Amino acid sequence: MTAQEVRTHAIDMNAVLLNRANQNETNEISIKVENLNLYYGQKQALHGVSMDIPKKKVTAYIGPSGCGKSTLLRCINRMNDLVDNVTIDGKILLENENIYAQGVNVAALRRRVGMVFQKPNPFPKSIFENVAYGLRIQGINDKYILQETVENALRGAALWDEMKDRLNDNALGMSGGQQQRLVIARAIAIEPEVLLLDEPASALDPISTLKIEELINELKEKYTIVIVTHNMQQAARVSDYTAFMYMGELIEMGTTSELFTNPKKKQTEDYITGRYG
Amino acid sequence: MDNHKIGHHISEKFNKDLEDIRNKVLTMGGLVEHQIELAVQAFTTGDLELADQVIKQDNQVDALEMAIDQECSQIIALRQPTAFDLRMLISVIKIVREIERAGDKAERVAQMAIKLAGTEQQLHSQYELEHMAEIIKEMLHLALDAFARVSIENITDITGRDENVNREYENIIRRLITRMMEDPRNITRALDVIWTARAMERIGDYACNICEHLIYMVNGEDVRHLTQKQLEEKLNH
Repeated sequence: MTAQEVRTHAIDMNAVLLNRANQNETNEISIKVENLNLYYGQKQALHGVSMDIPKKKVTAYIGPSGCGKSTLLRCINRMNDLVDNVTIDGKILLENENIYAQGVNVAALRRRVGMVFQKPNPFPKSIFENVAYGLRIQGINDKYILQETVENALRGAALWDEMKDRLNDNALGMSGGQQQRLVIARAIAIEPEVLLLDEPASALDPISTLKIEELINELKEKYTIVIVTHNMQQAARVSDYTAFMYMGELIEMGTTSELFTNPKKKQTEDYITGRYG
Repeated sequence: MDNHKIGHHISEKFNKDLEDIRNKVLTMGGLVEHQIELAVQAFTTGDLELADQVIKQDNQVDALEMAIDQECSQIIALRQPTAFDLRMLISVIKIVREIERAGDKAERVAQMAIKLAGTEQQLHSQYELEHMAEIIKEMLHLALDAFARVSIENITDITGRDENVNREYENIIRRLITRMMEDPRNITRALDVIWTARAMERIGDYACNICEHLIYMVNGEDVRHLTQKQLEEKLNH
């Protein structure tokens, strides 16, 4: 490379960096939470939470135990409907439709908003059937469609190369890390818009954790991802945006790099630096 | 001293580690302040023992720099610090570098004191150099003091003094150029005095850099490469 080329290259790099910065600013919103209150019986667990969750980005919820982050996550696909005694007011808009409006088909909603839990929960079936399950309950039994979808989902979950010769083995024989990626494959097989991850790596060893994190990074190309984690370094590594919650309130939300280097609220700073307030 | 900034971690050990780093930085700063003091004295009085002492002390400063860097990288690796803690460690790594360079400049002044000992005093521009030394010592002292208090109140007062240093430096150069034109035999010695003035002028710059790193540490704003005016506007908005 001649000196001139080096210089031109440097200028181009600048243009690239600037472009990227601009792109980041024109984010589309996938989910809009508006003044959400949630009560377990008499006890209020969420206090007027409002936030915008950008499309095809990773948003992490952090905060101490009992701060309401999992509760908020479960609101996004109406998992809390299954809990007795829960009252919810406020709105959650998924692509501008209120998912708490009357007459919303919850099963259809959950097809659009997939969820993965802390402990991998594969069904006691073959690997293939685990991933195909979502399609089968929608009545899709075409062999070729199933095969194609399972392969794509397993590839998407970075599991295909490891598992392609073991598709008929029982899923319970896989390692914990593999099981968790299988569960993610099962979730993406039905092509949701949003993936909710509730502590997806907290039961895994460091290598499996890194694989899941790498996977999250790839999945955000196609899906909006919301992740709850107790591991702040994990939130820092995988997410684009971070929301800090405390006692049922959203204290601060911002880009992850800003929140971890220069948080605006003292409560956030105390939490992420491990201080008592 | 804003203790909340450094203390109050759930981990007592973490508080202690950060406190320890701060103390080491202040010790190092104190050593360099002392070096500058002695170097200027050696220069103006021609006391070669003092000059020797300055040169010897540089080893201690270097050792502290390395120890502090090591501790900072260890904390980053072991604790994955965030927010203020992270900014403090990054700033400290940069601040110790500035302090170490200021020490090197003091050493430079001491070397020049040895070289110029016994030569004609008049040429030394002694009055201007002493005046300049007073300003840079004060600047460095105030910068370290602000670091100790973790406070950026009135910080632009410190950086603003650099203009006086630069003015003093230009006066010295002007005067020495005249001397050199008067008699070419003055050139070698005049150049040595210029090196000395230059070394002091740089110490003023390092004090300003310390202030900039401190601003990043305290409020997360990167204020490097701003003019004094821009800096004042930014901090007082």
